[in-house]
Amino acid sequence: MSSYVITIGTIIVIQAIAVCGLNVIVGYAGQISLGHAAFFGIGAYSAAILTTKAGFSFWTALPLVIGMSGFIGLLLGLPSIRVREDFLAITTIGINFIVEAVFRYVQFFGGALGIGGIPRIVLFGIKLKGITFFLLCLGFLIVVLFICWWFTRSWASLACYAIREEETAASTMGISPVRFKLLAFVIGTAMAGLGGSLYAHYMQFISAGDFSFPVSVAFLSMLVLGGMGTLWGPVVGTLILGVLPEVFRPLVDYRIFFYTLLLLLMIRFQPGGILGEGSVVRRILAPILKGGRA
Amino acid sequence: MRLFIEQLLNGIAMGSIYALVTLGLALVYGIMRILHVAHAAVFTIGAYAGLFLFQLTGSLIVAFLGSMACCALLGVMIERFVYFPLMKYPPYVPLIGSIAVMLSIEEVCRLVAGPYILTFPAKLPFPDVYLGGIQISSTLIAVYSITAAVLLVLWYITTHTELGLAMRATSQDISISGAMGINSHVIITLTFVMGSAIAAIAGMLVGIYYNQVYPTMGTVPAYKTLALIVVGGLGSVPGAVIASMLLGTAETLLIGYANIPLPRDALAFIAMIGVLMWRSEGLLGSSR
Repeated sequence: MSSYVITIGTIIVIQAIAVCGLNVIVGYAGQISLGHAAFFGIGAYSAAILTTKAGFSFWTALPLVIGMSGFIGLLLGLPSIRVREDFLAITTIGINFIVEAVFRYVQFFGGALGIGGIPRIVLFGIKLKGITFFLLCLGFLIVVLFICWWFTRSWASLACYAIREEETAASTMGISPVRFKLLAFVIGTAMAGLGGSLYAHYMQFISAGDFSFPVSVAFLSMLVLGGMGTLWGPVVGTLILGVLPEVFRPLVDYRIFFYTLLLLLMIRFQPGGILGEGSVVRRILAPILKGGRA
Repeated sequence: MRLFIEQLLNGIAMGSIYALVTLGLALVYGIMRILHVAHAAVFTIGAYAGLFLFQLTGSLIVAFLGSMACCALLGVMIERFVYFPLMKYPPYVPLIGSIAVMLSIEEVCRLVAGPYILTFPAKLPFPDVYLGGIQISSTLIAVYSITAAVLLVLWYITTHTELGLAMRATSQDISISGAMGINSHVIITLTFVMGSAIAAIAGMLVGIYYNQVYPTMGTVPAYKTLALIVVGGLGSVPGAVIASMLLGTAETLLIGYANIPLPRDALAFIAMIGVLMWRSEGLLGSSR
C-alpha cells in the first residue's frame, strides 16, 4: 500500500473511533451533540501536554487521557440534563466554540502556535509509523466497536433507548434520565478522547483549529450518513465522507461544493442514513440479513 | 465619557445589525421549530446581490429592493426543497440539512465571486448628526433608522393585520390553525419571505458599514444568532431583539474597556450558557 492510502486510512480510522463515541451519545441515548470535536480536542491536548511537558509515554498517559475526557464530558454533559433537543444542540455548539477559544488563547495550551514535537508511539521497542500505526488504530477501533456492541447488549442500553424514545415515560418507569444520559456522555466523550490522543500522536503537531466547530459538523454528518444508532453506521459514514473528498480531488476548486451538495442530497433523500431504518441499502440487504426469518 | 458614548453608539449599531439577522431566525423557529442556520447564507447572498446590483445600476434603492427580492426567493426555495420535506423527522435532520445548505451557498459565493474581500463603496443618504459635541456618522444613523423602520413594520404586521394574526396562530399550533381555515403552508412561505428580505437588508448594511463583502461573512453570524435566539427564548421575536441589543452593546463595551483574553464570539456563548442555566427557557420564552 502506498503511504498516501495509509495516511487517508489512518485518519479515517481515528475519526471512526470518535464518531463511534458520538453514536453512543446521539444514536443510543438520543442526546444531540454538535460539540464532539471539543472532546476530540480535549483528548488530543491532554495527550500532547502529558507527553511533551510531563514526560509520560503514550501508554502511561492513555488511562489519564481517557479519564480526563470522560470527566470533562461528565461536567459538560450536565447542561444536557437541564435542556432538551434544540436548546441542547445550541448549547453543545457553544461548548465547542468556548473550548476552541480556550485552546487558542490560553498560553498553557500553546496559544495560537499549538503544540508541536509530540513523540511517536513506541510499542515493543518499535516506533510506530505508517502501516504499523494504522494497524494499532485499527486495533483500537475494533476494541471501541466491541465496547459499543457490548453496550447495546447491556441493560444500560435499553434504558438509554427508552430515554431516547420518550423521556417522560422512561422516568415514570423508574429509569433515571440523569444517570443514563451522563453515562452515555461519559462513554462517548471517553471514546472521543481516545481518538484525539491517537490523532495527536499521529500528527505530532496540533493546534486549536483542528478541533473547531466544522469538525463537529463533519462528525455528526458522518454519523447521520452512516445511520445513527446502528453498530456499523459510524464506520460506514466515516469511510464514505473520508474517501469522497479524495475521489473529488480532480474537481480541484469545485471539490468542496460537490461534497456539501452530496451531503445535502443525502440528508434530503436518506435522512435515516445508509444503514438506518427504511434506507435503500437496508431494504436491499434485508432478505440476506434476516436470513429468511422475516 | 466621550469615548464611552461613542462606544455605546457603536454597540447599539452592532446590536441593531444582530437584531436584523436574528429576526428571521426567530420568525422561522417560531413557526417551523427548525434551527435555520442557512439564514446566514441568505444574509451573505443579500450582501452580494446588493453589491452586484449597486455596481450595475448605481442606485441604492434598486440594490436594496433587488437584493430583498433575491433573498426572499432563496429563502422560499430553501423552505420548499429542504425544510418542508424534512419537517416530519427529528430536529437534528433539518439542522444538518440547513448546515449543508449554508456550506454549499458559501461555496457558490466563493466560486462565483472569488475568495477575496470585495469593497462596497456606497454612501447611504442620511445626514451626519451632531449632539452635544459628539458626531454620529451617517452610517450609524442609517443603521439605527433602517432597523427601527423594519421593527416598526414587523410589529405592525404581526399585531395589527389579519396576516399577523394568522402567523401567530400558526406558530402556536400548525394543525389547529389549519383546522380554523388558515393555509399554513402559505403562512410559512410568507414568513420565509419576510425573514429573508430582512436578512438581505442586514447583509447590505453590514457590507456598507464595514465596507467589505466576502464569502464567509455569514459564518460567525450563523452560530452567534443561534445563541441569541436561545437567550431571547426560542421563537420569541421581542426576546430575540432584546438579546441582540444587549449582546451588541455589552460586547462592544467589554472589548473596549475590559482586557478579556477570550474572543467576542466565545463571550456570546458563555453568556448564553449562563442564561440557560439560570432560565432554561430563555429571557422571554415560555416553558413548554
